[in-house]
Amino acid sequence: MSETFTFTIDGVEVEGEPGQTILEAAQAAGIYIPRLCHKDGLEPWGGCRVCTVTVNGRSASACTQPAAAGITVENETDELVDMRRGIIEMLFVEGNHFCMFCEKSGNCELQALAYRLGIAAPRYEYLWPTRDVDASHPDVLLDRNRCILCARCVRTSRDLDGKQVFGFVGRGPGKKIAVNASARLSETGLDVTDEAVDACPVGAILRKREGYRIPVGLRRYDGTPIGSDIEKGASS
Amino acid sequence: MSGNIAQTAEQVCGAFGDDPARLMDIIRGVQQRLGHVPDAAIDAVARRVGRARVDVESVVSFYAFFSKEPKGRIVIRLCDDVIDRMFGYDAVRAAFEEELGITLGETTPDGRFTLERTACIGMCDQAPAAMINDTIVTWLSTDKARRIVSELREHMTPERLVKRVGGGNNGHPLIRAMVHNSIRRPGPLIFSEINRGEAIRKALSMSPAEVIRAIKTARLRGRGGAGFPTGLKWEFTRSASGDRKFVMCNADEGEPGTFKDRVLLTERADRVFAGMTIAGYAVGACEGVMYLRGEYAYLLRYLEDVLEKRRADGLLGRGVMGRDGFDFDIRIQLGAGAYVCGEETALLSSCEGMRGDPKNRPPFPAQKGYLGCPTVVNNVETLCCVTKILEVGPATFNMYGTSRSAGTKLLSISGDCDSPGVYEIPLGTPLGEVLEMCGGTRAKAVQVGGPSGRLVGRDGFDRLICFDDLATGGALIVFGPDRDILEIVSRYMAFFVDESCGYCTPCRVGNVLIKRGVDAIIAGRAEPRDLEQLEDLCRTVKSTSRCGLGQSSPNPLVTALESFRPEIEARLRADPNGYRRSFDLSRAVRPTEQLVGRKSVHT
Repeated sequence: MSETFTFTIDGVEVEGEPGQTILEAAQAAGIYIPRLCHKDGLEPWGGCRVCTVTVNGRSASACTQPAAAGITVENETDELVDMRRGIIEMLFVEGNHFCMFCEKSGNCELQALAYRLGIAAPRYEYLWPTRDVDASHPDVLLDRNRCILCARCVRTSRDLDGKQVFGFVGRGPGKKIAVNASARLSETGLDVTDEAVDACPVGAILRKREGYRIPVGLRRYDGTPIGSDIEKGASS
Repeated sequence: MSGNIAQTAEQVCGAFGDDPARLMDIIRGVQQRLGHVPDAAIDAVARRVGRARVDVESVVSFYAFFSKEPKGRIVIRLCDDVIDRMFGYDAVRAAFEEELGITLGETTPDGRFTLERTACIGMCDQAPAAMINDTIVTWLSTDKARRIVSELREHMTPERLVKRVGGGNNGHPLIRAMVHNSIRRPGPLIFSEINRGEAIRKALSMSPAEVIRAIKTARLRGRGGAGFPTGLKWEFTRSASGDRKFVMCNADEGEPGTFKDRVLLTERADRVFAGMTIAGYAVGACEGVMYLRGEYAYLLRYLEDVLEKRRADGLLGRGVMGRDGFDFDIRIQLGAGAYVCGEETALLSSCEGMRGDPKNRPPFPAQKGYLGCPTVVNNVETLCCVTKILEVGPATFNMYGTSRSAGTKLLSISGDCDSPGVYEIPLGTPLGEVLEMCGGTRAKAVQVGGPSGRLVGRDGFDRLICFDDLATGGALIVFGPDRDILEIVSRYMAFFVDESCGYCTPCRVGNVLIKRGVDAIIAGRAEPRDLEQLEDLCRTVKSTSRCGLGQSSPNPLVTALESFRPEIEARLRADPNGYRRSFDLSRAVRPTEQLVGRKSVHT
C-alpha cells in the first residue's frame, strides 16, 4: 500500500498516489483537464499540449507530469484556457475539418473541445493543406485531412492490438500518419474490430457504412460537454 | 532488381549486427550503397532488425540527408542560412541552377547532380558555403560555383575540389578540407596546448566523487547554452541506479551561426575525448557516444583515427591508463541533418535508431537516458573545459569569468564584422567589447545565441555575455545598419518551421503561423491588431511547446520587438474602412480560379 499525498489544483486540495500523473489524479478527484492525445489505458504521449497546466508556476503537460506532494497546479486560469483555445484552433486550421458533413460530428473530441472552450471560429488563417485519403481498406477509411497527429491509433495498434498498423512519416508541418505498408491501409493487418479504429478522437479513422447512424441529438456530446462524465464522477 | 536491393540492405544490417539501435548507421550505409533508400530496402531492413516497416520508413523520412527517392550521384546542398543570404546565396544559387540546368530541389536528367538547400552547416565564418556530398566548399561566388560544376562534370569526385586546404588540421590527410579554423583569439583555457593523458592521469589519482567535486569547485556550467551545473549533472547520473551508464558528447552543433565545436573537433579532439573519459570515470560509465552532426561527416575519419590512437596508447579501452576496473570506449554516431537532435533527449532518440523526437521528461537522461540507462549528455566545449579543469585545477579555471559564470567561453562570430571567427573570451565580457574585438561596432543588432537566443539592439550592447545576462551557446551574429530586422526574423522562423520535429501542436503549427504573420507585416498587409495576436501566439508557443525548440522558436520575433518595436510597428497600418488587411482576396480565390479555369471578376 503506497502512501497517498495531497496537492492543489486551482486552490482545491486533491489526493494523489505515487505513480499518478497530474491528469490522472485530477480525474480521480472529478476535475477535468482538457486533453486530446491522452486516452485512458494508453501510455502518455504529451503531444497535443491541450492539457498544459502550470506546476508551481511552470508550464507542463498534465498527462506526462507526475503528481507530487505539495505542488500547486493551475488548470482553469484565463491565460491557460485561452492558450488551450489557441492550440485547438491551430489543429483546426492545420487540417481540413468540415464538421458540418463529417460523420464524426457530435462524437468528435476536437469539435467537442471547441464547443466546451467556446470557440466560434479560429483566430488563425486556414492553411488548407493537400492531404491524402486512403479508402483502400474494405471496412475502414483513413482520411488524413482530419488527422490531428495525436498518435492514439499508433499507440493503440502497437500496445493494445499488438499490430503496429500506424506510424508517422516526415517531420514538422510535413509530418503525417502513415501505415505499415509500402502503399495502402488494405495491405496492413488492420481489422475492423481493432481497438485502433475506435481510438481516433476525430474523423480520420472511420468505419465504413456506419456514417450518421446516431441521430442528431443523441450523439455523444450533443447533450453535455466533453469532460462532463469526469466532473459528474466527483459529485456522485 | 529488388532482390539485389534487399541483399545490399541485408549486408549493411549484418555489418551492424542487425541492431535496431544502429538504424541511423544502417540507413546511411544503405543510402551510400544505393544512392537512396527505396521501399525494398526499407522492407529488408525492417525484417532484419525486427522493427515494423513503418518505423524504418519513419526514420528515413525524418532526416534531411536520407531519401526514399533517387538522388543524383552528387548532391549539392547549398547552405541557405541568414548569413549565407547576406553574403551572396541568391547569386550563387542562380549560378548553380544555370550551370546545372535545374532548379533547387531537382535532379539532372542524367542522374548525376541534385541541387538542394540545407540549414546552417556551421560555416558562417566562410559563407556562402555548401556541402557537396560530404565535402565542404566555402566562400562561394558565382564564378566558383560555375567552376565547381564544370570540374565535377569531369571527375565526379567532390574531394578533388579541394585544392588548397585550410589551416591546422584541416590539412590532415584524413580531413583535407578547404575549411578554415579562423581562430581569432585563442584564450588561456580551451585552446591551450594539450598534454595528452595528463588530465586522465590526474582524474584517476582521485576518487570519482573527488573528480565531481573538482568540477563543482570549478563552477563549470554547460556550454551548450542552458548553463546547467556540470558537476550536479554528473552527480545525478552517478547516483542513479543501473549497471550500465553512458556518456554522450553532443557534437550536433546545429544552432545557426555556431561553428566553434567544428574548430574544437578539428584542433582539440583529444581534449574532447579526454573529457568524455573523465566523465565516464566520474559517473561510472564504460561507454561513450559522440553524436556528430551529419554536416561534419568530413571530420569522421579523422576523429575515428584519433580514437584509434587513443586506444593504442591506452587512453581508451580496457583498463584505461592501466587502471584495473576502469574500461571506457567511445563510438561516433553520425547524424543526418536534423537540428532538433541537438536537444539532448532527441539526440538520445536518434542514437537509439529512431526519429529525432525529444522524449517526455521526467524521467531525465540522468535517470533514464540512452537505451534506458542513466546517461550524462555534455556539449563538446563543456568536455574540453572538464579536461582543462583536471589539467590545471579548479582554481586556475575559475580565475577567469565571474562568480556565477566561471571560465572562458568560445564565441562563433559571423556577419557584418571585419574578423569573423572563433573567439575565446572570459565570461562576463560586455557585448560591446566583443564587437570591438571583431570589428563589428557599427552593428545595428546582434543575434546572441543564434535564433533560439536573442536579438540585441544597440541599447543592449553594454550587457554581459554570461549565464545570468546574455546566455549563449556561442553564436554571435552581427547585423549591420542596413539589415532589415523583419527579414531576418522571417528567415529564422522559416528555419524553425523546417526543423520542428512535428510532435507537438504549438511548435508544428504555431511556427508556421508566426512565419506567415511576420511575412504579412513585411508585405504591408498587417495592422496593429495582427501584431497583438502574433505576440499572443508567441506566448502560447513558448509556454506550451514540448521541448526547447518550440519554447524558444518565437524568440526571433519576441526579442526583435524588445529592441525594434517602433521600427516594426511603423510597418503596420489599419485599413481605413475597417477591413482586415491581412486578408488577401486574390490569394483566397486563386484555387477556385484554377479549378473553374477562369479569372474572378473582383477588382
